[in-house]
Amino acid sequence: MAIATARVDEGAAGTAERKKAARRTPIVVFVAVLLVILVIPALFAPWLAPHDPLEGRLAHKLKPPAWLPGGTWEYPLGTDPLGRDLLSRLVFGARVSLSVSLVAIVIGGLVGTVLGLFAGYFGGWTDALIMRVVDVAFSLPTILLALVLAVVVGPSFETVIVIVALLLWARYARQVRGEVLSVRERDFVAQARIAGCSHLRIIFGHILPNVTNTLIVLATLQVGYVILLEGTLSFLGVGIPPPSPAWGLMVATGRGLIVSAWWVSFFPGLAILITVLALNLLGDWLRDRLDPRLRQV
Amino acid sequence: MSVPLLEVRDLRTWFFTRWGVVKAVDGVSFAVGEGETLGIVGESGCGKSITALSILRLVPRPAGRIVGGEILLDGENLLDKSEREMRRLRGSRVSMILQDPMSSLNPVFSVGNQVAEALRIHQGLQGPGLWATARDMLRRVRIPSPELRLRAYPHQLSGGMRQRVVGAIALSCRPRVLIADEPTTSLDVTIQAQYLRLLKELQQEMRLALVFITHDFGIVAKMCDRVAVMYAGRVVETGDVREIFNHPRHPYTQALLASVPPLESRVERLASIEGQPPPLHTLPPGCPFVPRCAHARTVCRQEYPPTVGVGNGDGHRAACWKVAEGWDG
Repeated sequence: MAIATARVDEGAAGTAERKKAARRTPIVVFVAVLLVILVIPALFAPWLAPHDPLEGRLAHKLKPPAWLPGGTWEYPLGTDPLGRDLLSRLVFGARVSLSVSLVAIVIGGLVGTVLGLFAGYFGGWTDALIMRVVDVAFSLPTILLALVLAVVVGPSFETVIVIVALLLWARYARQVRGEVLSVRERDFVAQARIAGCSHLRIIFGHILPNVTNTLIVLATLQVGYVILLEGTLSFLGVGIPPPSPAWGLMVATGRGLIVSAWWVSFFPGLAILITVLALNLLGDWLRDRLDPRLRQV
Repeated sequence: MSVPLLEVRDLRTWFFTRWGVVKAVDGVSFAVGEGETLGIVGESGCGKSITALSILRLVPRPAGRIVGGEILLDGENLLDKSEREMRRLRGSRVSMILQDPMSSLNPVFSVGNQVAEALRIHQGLQGPGLWATARDMLRRVRIPSPELRLRAYPHQLSGGMRQRVVGAIALSCRPRVLIADEPTTSLDVTIQAQYLRLLKELQQEMRLALVFITHDFGIVAKMCDRVAVMYAGRVVETGDVREIFNHPRHPYTQALLASVPPLESRVERLASIEGQPPPLHTLPPGCPFVPRCAHARTVCRQEYPPTVGVGNGDGHRAACWKVAEGWDG
């Protein structure tokens, strides 16, 4: 009944009410809580972490979590093989892993989106050229490329970002091009041309807003992929250089200890899972919110 | 008719495809004056829409190209203009309404935003002035409570309402020429009548030269002053609406009019034109209507007929050997 009234009365009050209702959706609250759990520690790591994430005490190595026999509350989630506090490393690792993913996705996404828009909109030679480069990018073996780059410029935070962005842009380009191919045939694009819009204005003002939903979903889905990729790179020794804490690196460290000290890779794995889950839910919710057809529900 | 505002002379728009050259528009000429309405009629695929797009120089590239002719707007040839000049002219001096209101508005922007865009581009309006003008435009196309509609999204409006918004956008910068490409085909009949009446009123208010593309002779009778009948990329007959309706001379026009069901009497079977329009990339040398024409003779197959004046010389012209050589029957 409330919905029906809101739809009949299309005044400002109705709109505000609908917006409020959408914001109250429980899934968003859940996501918000998860993100707060992730982001707050990342922002305030130096004040929140109980120990120095880099300093290990070998006497305390491989302590189990506090609630298991042999664990102490000094190390709530236990320690790693070098006696470093897992919780502190997780908290600092959130900074590294999230910033690597975000920066790499933003860079790769920007490049890929712009190229995809041009390829799809102009077609012909532009399209052929860009898409062949995309094909090449897809056919490059990920690990080999990463190893070569890392050897040439040396492993560092920036190298990881460059490598990941290099691997990501092609997906954006291909996905965006596909969407643009269908959007550009719609009459509103022709109508915009008729109204005197330039090509650039049509591409960025009319077509881009119609593919943002796809972009958001793609970007959120890729955070998980990037964190795992960072782990792969770290495992091979070409990712984030070892002493610094990164979730992927931590999972890789604990890989051989999974039977004797499961917590070393379990907790960073759990952190990755929660991050990916939260961002996927967020992406879903955003997609619904951004679609004007679903906005009034 | 005084000096024509828009004059198209011998326009040729060809498509260069891998199957050969498709002469979608091949030697079309017509003129429209201020406050006048020209109807362009013909079957699907006879080049009506491509003619319209050619006027705005928006022929689908890279296949399509305007290979000849002149398009004179106020005496200036649009084919000599640069892309930049064309862009300034589109929407501000020549505007167009497309067929499908469902897809000619961008789903992610509010109506207000879309009406405002053309104003922003061409007249440099901003802020409250921009919104006031956009609201006035919606009022002009008789949209009730325009204040609210500015904030609405296209999916919240009905088809007729959306087509009004499209009209408001097209007219927002006070163009001189408006091309309407079957603007009412996807509306239902009562809305159609309303929309046509609105268009007619706006035309008179703004002294628009209106080019109305349709395949509906009923609409032609209601809306147009003059008609050009197109077949296979050419104008086969043109003239005053009354003349064309009462004394059609080209066999194609005659057949088209014969296939309109009469209101007064019951007919068992409607007249139809057998066959299809010819594929435009393999046109024979003669008249393209030959395979479907009851009057065809040898000469029709050999050479394209000249366009000759008929009747008492008030611009009624037809391109047919039967008319040119005065065969009877």
